[in-house]
Amino acid sequence: MSSAEVLTVSAEGEAGSPVTSQLRRVIVCAGTGCMANGSMKVYEQFKSEMAKSGLDVILELRAEAEDDEVRLSKSGCQGFCQMGPLVSVEPEGILYNKVRQEDVAEIVQQTLVGNQVVERLLYKDPTTRKSCRGFKDNPFYSRQDRLVLRECGFLDPEDIGEYKLHGGYRAAKKAYVEMTPEQICKLILDSGLRGRGGGGFPTGRKWEAARIQNSAKKYVICNGDEGDPGAFMNRSVMEGNPHSVIEGMMIAARAIGANEGLVYVRAEYPLAVERMRRAVADAEREGILGKNVFGTGLSMKCDVMEGAGAFVCGEETAMIASIEGQRGMPRPKPPFPAQSGLWGKPTVINNVETLAHVSRILNVGPEVFRSIGTKESPGTKTFALTGHVANTGLVEVPFGTTLREIVYNIGGGVTDDAGKIWKNGFKAVQIGGPSGGCLTEEHLDLPLAYESLRSVGAMVGSGGLVAMNQNTCMVSIARFFMQFTQRESCGKCLLCREGTRQLLALLDDVIEGRADANTLVLLEQLAHAVQVGSLCGLGKTAPNPVLSTMRYFRKEYEEHVFEKRCRTGRCKALLSPQINPLKCKGCGLCFAACPVGAISGEKKKPYHIDSELCIKCGACAAACKIHAVEGI
Amino acid sequence: MASMPMVTDRAEKFEKVCGILDHHAHRASSLIPILQAIQHEYHYLPEEVLTYVAMSLGVPAARVFGVATFYAHFALQPKGKHVIRMCDGTACHVKQSIPVLNALRKKLGTSEKSNTTPDMMFTVETVACLGACGLAPVIVIDEQVHGQITPERALALVDEIKAQEASLAGASAVAEQPSAEVSHV
Repeated sequence: MSSAEVLTVSAEGEAGSPVTSQLRRVIVCAGTGCMANGSMKVYEQFKSEMAKSGLDVILELRAEAEDDEVRLSKSGCQGFCQMGPLVSVEPEGILYNKVRQEDVAEIVQQTLVGNQVVERLLYKDPTTRKSCRGFKDNPFYSRQDRLVLRECGFLDPEDIGEYKLHGGYRAAKKAYVEMTPEQICKLILDSGLRGRGGGGFPTGRKWEAARIQNSAKKYVICNGDEGDPGAFMNRSVMEGNPHSVIEGMMIAARAIGANEGLVYVRAEYPLAVERMRRAVADAEREGILGKNVFGTGLSMKCDVMEGAGAFVCGEETAMIASIEGQRGMPRPKPPFPAQSGLWGKPTVINNVETLAHVSRILNVGPEVFRSIGTKESPGTKTFALTGHVANTGLVEVPFGTTLREIVYNIGGGVTDDAGKIWKNGFKAVQIGGPSGGCLTEEHLDLPLAYESLRSVGAMVGSGGLVAMNQNTCMVSIARFFMQFTQRESCGKCLLCREGTRQLLALLDDVIEGRADANTLVLLEQLAHAVQVGSLCGLGKTAPNPVLSTMRYFRKEYEEHVFEKRCRTGRCKALLSPQINPLKCKGCGLCFAACPVGAISGEKKKPYHIDSELCIKCGACAAACKIHAVEGI
Repeated sequence: MASMPMVTDRAEKFEKVCGILDHHAHRASSLIPILQAIQHEYHYLPEEVLTYVAMSLGVPAARVFGVATFYAHFALQPKGKHVIRMCDGTACHVKQSIPVLNALRKKLGTSEKSNTTPDMMFTVETVACLGACGLAPVIVIDEQVHGQITPERALALVDEIKAQEASLAGASAVAEQPSAEVSHV
């Protein structure tokens, strides 16, 4: 039994067996990824095909479903976005990939009526070429420990009834009715839950700090401003299981004595905004949120606010400024938000994923939660695995899992630019987005946890994991992140505002061939200066990608600087295409292909490229059939 | 009424703004949701509307402009009828989003500085991450997400829109009806 099963079994054990475990269900993924691939058309097609074939279809879940009924539902993100639209059939646990409208009739006839699997829609392991029937034998899923994500891909996010049927809001009720605020804080502290947003601060300590404040008004804020490029786990939880976030907020509110909560969602996530708003409205309608929570006389209200596109607002104090209608600029801490936050009142700000863990911890107890993960970092963490791996998507694993397990076993291995498996193609993994760092081959067996990552100059961050193959230029990657933080710097601290600009200029010098020995020294000095001279996390961590790539890929920097060469050929300015006169047969194809007339010569004699005119577009190399154009 | 379209537009504009301000009870703390609602209505934030908002909230115009220029989502220039957003998050970037962006810019003649076509038909912009990294590289055209995009497919999508627009224009020309497009004041 996996640790995830331990947790879910004990969670369900308390509520009695899950009501609907044996019910036949067809679940169509309605996460952003699958919807972009047309999953809603698939859903509609199922509706009509199932009706046509005389199946007794139910669209809303009821406690007492009949045996012969088939439930058709949408779910939140099932995590395997690249293979979407995903359709799963329960209780068999069959998972179909890339389902098109045209495939629906076949699934209905073969699987629902005939109890057969449609082979061609199953996932094929890219290395073994073996078909996987579903969640149990698909390495992408079977090697994960899905706690937060499990319900995302199963429950209908727009149906509060289903959430309640699966034990939803039971933990919130316990918190309001049976527990005191001190007990809740202690329980969360005992569980060892740490903030999933990046810093890894113990959640229980944060709550306790707000609880002991003597104030009639306190706030709970859910940080859904997931700005790290390459991370989308919060989006999936808000879209897939919004009620778990609200329940977590209610428990936090009870723990610190707040009666108002606010979910701050990134504006780039319209579906998450919509589903969170709907979940709040449904919870209000059901009397879960409102003036008299669970008959205790305590009130709790919740609002959803859409961000306006500023990465820095993920920082606590900047987010507070943004909610207050100001520019999202951070302010010095202390006072910490727990002492003086929104409108000067004690405020707890927790990440979406942190809050999504809370109700489960109350249900199963802190010991069970602690039994997963490492001693310092208990529980699971969701990573967004993207980039050059065969299986991209959301991966939830216990802390302490190695990078090798994630990249090779769950991710299915590194791929080339065309998406084919590349056996020795692994170069690095960028973890933690623009605040994080690179992990290389030597870190493949490093257990991923807060402390271990910090010791090698990276961080968990929000959990973006971008795998990169040998064709990726690490200097360009550092520049990419620097450009991001430079644009997103709010401008308050000089070293962040101007320092990131100069770091970017220095990186441009490296990439465009203007750098000399001094450039690397300056880069390092300035990077350290920006770290110490910035107020908030954005500036403090902005130089991390540069420092980390310089640490592990120094050779590549030196090649750019001293040899004016980029080994991947990605840095256009360093290219110097030449025609090898020994190979060239003088066919003239390159001459015809050159858009700027930089190639000269006559037929049957070697052609020549004028480096002054050449724009390094690569058209000649593409045109040449015998690979006589070199250096591009 | 029809003879004075400008006046009608103007009155209508401030009427809508007033409605939005009333909805938020003229609270300065709701400045961001107010600006979002206004932008939703006009697709950008016209300068005179910002001044009007500042006046009616009783805050300095500098504060309203400060907020409007701080957040990436607020546009102070009108956008094209079709907004193309190229995701340049990490996952999309390593999967070659820039060639797609360059192809689009080249085709439509836009650049980072001037990202809207002169005929106000297309705006091409980049966005840090849309959170659809599993489908990288990703492009969003008028809220519709397209995954695993290539330069060729992106250009084909633009051609599709152009063809639709051409047939729309053709249809309205035949019916001799004025364009129904909302004028950006």
